[in-house]
Amino acid sequence: MQNKDSIKNTLFIGIGLCLICAAVISVIAVGLKELQKSNAILDQQKKIVAAADLKGFYGTTESAFDSIEEKIIDIEEGLITDISTEKYDLSKELKDPSRYVALSSIEDIATIKKRENFSKVFLEYREDQLNTVILPVRGYGLWGILYGYLAISSDLNTIIGLEFYQHKETPGLGAEVDNPKWKALWRGKKIYDENGEILIKVVKGKVDNNSDMSTYEVDGLSGATLTSNGVSNLLAYWLGDSGFKKFLNNLKQENING
Amino acid sequence: MAKTSEVLLSPIFKDNPIALQVLGICSALAVTSKLYPTLIMCIALTATITLSNFFISLIRNIVPSNIRIIVQMTIISSLVIIVDQLLKAYDYETSKTLSVFVGLIITNCIVMGRAEAYAMQNGPYMSMVDGFGNGLGYSVILIIVGSIRELIGSGQLLGVQILPLVSEGGWYVSNNFFLLPPSSFLIIGLFIWFLRSWKTEQVEPAEFKMSKNAPKEVKADHA
Repeated sequence: MQNKDSIKNTLFIGIGLCLICAAVISVIAVGLKELQKSNAILDQQKKIVAAADLKGFYGTTESAFDSIEEKIIDIEEGLITDISTEKYDLSKELKDPSRYVALSSIEDIATIKKRENFSKVFLEYREDQLNTVILPVRGYGLWGILYGYLAISSDLNTIIGLEFYQHKETPGLGAEVDNPKWKALWRGKKIYDENGEILIKVVKGKVDNNSDMSTYEVDGLSGATLTSNGVSNLLAYWLGDSGFKKFLNNLKQENING
Repeated sequence: MAKTSEVLLSPIFKDNPIALQVLGICSALAVTSKLYPTLIMCIALTATITLSNFFISLIRNIVPSNIRIIVQMTIISSLVIIVDQLLKAYDYETSKTLSVFVGLIITNCIVMGRAEAYAMQNGPYMSMVDGFGNGLGYSVILIIVGSIRELIGSGQLLGVQILPLVSEGGWYVSNNFFLLPPSSFLIIGLFIWFLRSWKTEQVEPAEFKMSKNAPKEVKADHA
């Protein structure tokens, strides 16, 4: 046998091994790609349907999602555009400087640094009447950005649900944003007061049910003050003037006129 | 040559990779706050180490010794990528919880350690047995730590409520410390203590002896 430590053998083994490994990985990665993609899409759909609590009405996640319309909106104008939703990808939007706004530190209460110009929202109609609006929201918690969906009912002021699909919060503390009991607290909470001021927030500790503010407040997550603040901040940002407020107001006008 | 059962079973208590060799601690801290992801992590690591030992042993006689570490790394990382891809395809929820920690199996010292220490010197079959045994040794500790942390930290096991929480009308006040990684140090430490009191041959000789506390001599005063 040839000396295994020769340069020739070293090159041969090194290159050969890399080629074999690369081939095996590529075959497996390509083979599983479709399954992974549909997993990721299904996961998103599940969260959207869960935020809007539509499963009970439509039966399954799939049929619920089929009845939801996806629209790309211009956040600045607050209007629905006719851009196709198919190729929309938030991470791509945030790479193209002409398609996002860099936020100054005063504006950037949710610590997201960039806000896309176009956003994909979800609208559910029943008998041609707008029933639910589902908005993508995100903001910094303790360890990283929380990504989620906020569902608002047709009065455009009452929350149906808030669901996060990606976050890095501490398991058992901040990650309790996924706890069904906590998520259920959001239902029926109001966002704006009569003057359009955003009052919705997560408080520290328990909400005082006798207070006038209790319809705008949600219990804090115990042991996770920074995550709780993060959730308050991201809602304040995305429901504010720089977020979806204009869009919601336009929808409201449309509801009144239509 | 050592008997198969000896190679398979000794890493579980006698020569445990975490408790005795103190390898692979990082992932034992990170993924054990709930039992279910812990189990998935154990399966992922055991599969990786078994297969990597097998393939490395298979080519051990033709691998040039100057690039052997790179060859081992290439094989291990390929296997880890495959495991990660499979997980993303078949258990998406868990793959999100485990996130980077599956990828970090590549740097798990147990896998590299067994490749270098065992698979480079032994045949493919025995290497596989050794890898599987060490995977089990790792899993035993992780499952113990995961069970204790989930039970004390959230009163659950595999997501089923065992101890009813006060916040949900029960009597159990959950201990949030056990949801944080440092609690694993405590549990692993207690486990090592327990193991070494049981198998006293694992106790290492002290690195230095404390000298007796001799009474200080009183210096004579310059009177």
